[in-house]
Amino acid sequence: MPAKMQLTKGNEALAMGAIAGGCDCFFGYPITPQNEVPEVLSYELPKRGRVFVQAESEVASINMVYGAAAAGKRAMTSSSSPGVSLMMEGLSYIACAELPCLIVNVMRGGPGLGSITPSQGDYFQACKGGGHGDYHSIVLAPWNVQEMYEFPALAFELADRYRCPAMLLADGVLGAMMEPAEISDDAPPPNVPEKPWATNGRNGRAHKNVVNSLVIDPYGLRDHNLKLQAKYKAMECETRWDTRDVDDAEILVVAYGISARLALSGCKLARKQGIKAGLLRPITLFPFPSKQIAECATNKKRILVVELSAGQMVEDVRLAVNGKVPVDFYGEMGGVIPSPAEVCEKIVEAAR
Amino acid sequence: MDLCQIHADRCKGCELCVQFCPKHALEMSEERNAAGYHPAVLAHPELCNGCAMCAQMCPETGIEIYRRQKRARQDAVNQG
Amino acid sequence: MTTAMNSQDGMNKQNGGAVASEDLVDLKCVFERPKSLSDKPFHYCPGCSHGTYHRLIAEMIDEFGFMDNTVGICPVGCAVFAYEYFETDMIEASHGRAPAVATGVKRALPDRFVFTYQGDGDLASIGMGEIIHAAARGERITVFFVNNGIFGMTGGQMAPTSLIGQRTTTSVQGRDPRTTGHPIKVCELLSSLEGVAYLARVALTSPKNINTCRKYMRKAIRAQTEDVGLGLVEVLSPCPVQWGMSPGDALHHIEEDVVKEFPPGEFVDKLAGPVKA
Ligand SMILES: Cc1ncc(C[n+]2csc(CCOP(=O)(O)OP(=O)(O)O)c2C)c(N)n1
Ligand code: SF4
Ligand code: SF4
Ligand code: SF4
Ligand SMILES: [Mg+2]
Repeated sequence: MPAKMQLTKGNEALAMGAIAGGCDCFFGYPITPQNEVPEVLSYELPKRGRVFVQAESEVASINMVYGAAAAGKRAMTSSSSPGVSLMMEGLSYIACAELPCLIVNVMRGGPGLGSITPSQGDYFQACKGGGHGDYHSIVLAPWNVQEMYEFPALAFELADRYRCPAMLLADGVLGAMMEPAEISDDAPPPNVPEKPWATNGRNGRAHKNVVNSLVIDPYGLRDHNLKLQAKYKAMECETRWDTRDVDDAEILVVAYGISARLALSGCKLARKQGIKAGLLRPITLFPFPSKQIAECATNKKRILVVELSAGQMVEDVRLAVNGKVPVDFYGEMGGVIPSPAEVCEKIVEAAR
Repeated sequence: MDLCQIHADRCKGCELCVQFCPKHALEMSEERNAAGYHPAVLAHPELCNGCAMCAQMCPETGIEIYRRQKRARQDAVNQG
Repeated sequence: MTTAMNSQDGMNKQNGGAVASEDLVDLKCVFERPKSLSDKPFHYCPGCSHGTYHRLIAEMIDEFGFMDNTVGICPVGCAVFAYEYFETDMIEASHGRAPAVATGVKRALPDRFVFTYQGDGDLASIGMGEIIHAAARGERITVFFVNNGIFGMTGGQMAPTSLIGQRTTTSVQGRDPRTTGHPIKVCELLSSLEGVAYLARVALTSPKNINTCRKYMRKAIRAQTEDVGLGLVEVLSPCPVQWGMSPGDALHHIEEDVVKEFPPGEFVDKLAGPVKA
């Protein structure tokens, strides 16, 4: 069946996108607000002869992903904030062992058990490592149901290319919202690169393969870290971002995910009031579009960063412009979602 | 050739082979190996019957055992 | 196979002696390093049975002809470098999570032989959740479990398997059940789970027991290859260094004391029907 427009819930689109992206194995533990992801996959994956396991915890989930990814398969898990916190040790191992895989975080309010309402409070965790040691995951931030469907495939592709974990950072609104999206029920299988490093049984291979994150020699571990850092640098060419009405704008709003949608509506309202506002939306949060923000900001009066957090991505925006343009912040927490009118108000304030 | 072949460089001097040899054919050497351990030696090869108790117990897999086998021809002599 | 010989049977009953006329007899190697064991010398302390158990696993891989078909999962513990010692594909897991990693591998590649190698801190402390659920799901994996009653790698702290009264660096007065509970008996604990196909415990204290261990290991492997369920062999193993004993005394301690708390034997055997009492 060719792709067709269907009214689809974000989490369900994500699940179908994972299948289209060639997900061989899913391991996960239920948590709101992403439960439709394992629910859909528990039915759709076995039907296609692929693997679904409901793990006993997120700790187990991420380690099952580690095993299946080491075996050379496209493996993923999906969770929400507290569950993703539990995965951090495993994620650090995966990054060090250079295994490609996909971790989905449909963020909810924190800290602690917090709430099941939407949030963007896990930006630091997602983009700055989260677990121990110097590592990064590629982080993709969808802003609509279509991207919820398309990004799993992109995430798998980038993860395979750079042999690193990729994270899809969504939130409770995107997971629950219904929108028309072009979804295919039987997308052709994607091209998956050879994985000669996989621990999948020697099967005639002259040497054994080892998947490992232990480097006991200090110089060896330093060199491995340098290799990882070089890889993170090389990833910069994968930076993705989107701009709307920025050329003539005096106020540049920077926001990702669901906040970017509110921010875009806010910009439009501001323009009706005669204030030229435009949006820059980072699509990859790691690598972060620092250069693009700096370039875009050169002729702007102020920058306004909008997030569902106490102010996390704003730090990277400030680093990007390095004091050249003043950066304001507008954030809400706890599942409170600002209205476009409220964003517009902040834009108006910034323009004064 | 001795039936019990100890790889002295693998030996860590744990003495388990000595303790488990039913024939008391093994002893610990006064010498040190490359790693600094006193390795086990087959001090009395004439006592050794190739039972492999020592090799079974050796945590380092540092002992090889050989057995005498009669030749197919009947006139082969098996020594006592 | 050449390496897994039975030390009791087929022994040369004659009383040793050098070979007088070597040209009239052949010398046949009856015990040598298994092919699946790498050449690398073990990093274990003198008298530590980690090396012995490694060898037995390698013997089994040779015997079953699995060198090309195996993925092994190492623990965090003294055996953290186990991947150096096997010639098979190996994965180093985080502390306690080997059964989850093995689940990932086995589900991804159901026709591979997948084993975990885990210590008692790894399996019975931090990783208790993972082993119980892997067992409950009946994962087709084989678990080689080393119970030495202590955290060897981190310097001899109390393990959930430490004996009552055992002095460790975190129970210097001896383990007190009032504040630290009683030893966890993994085989007994797992035996109630339907997904388990084979469970056995053996003390690696003599050539005879080593041979028993081989028998158990064969069954724990068959539990996987014959698609029955999870197989686990627990070995009671010495940690001479952290116990403060000579290797010989450590083995005596197991035979005298440890087996009283951890009785050896088969607990579950679904290959041959239930074990008779
Ligand atoms: C998450 C985590 N916690 C703690 C440790 C430290 N640690 C390493 S090995 C170990 C205990 C190992 O004991 P056991 O599994 O019994 O193995 P043994 O060394 O006795 O063979 C601990 C606590 C770790 N590596 N990772
Ligand atoms: S083979 Fe048997 S008799 Fe010979 S040294 Fe070893 S244990 Fe002793
Ligand atoms: S058992 Fe092995 S390591 Fe121990 S003393 Fe004998 S040869 Fe050496
Ligand atoms: S500390 Fe104990 S378990 Fe670890 S290698 Fe030494 S003897 Fe073996
Ligand atoms: Mg231990």
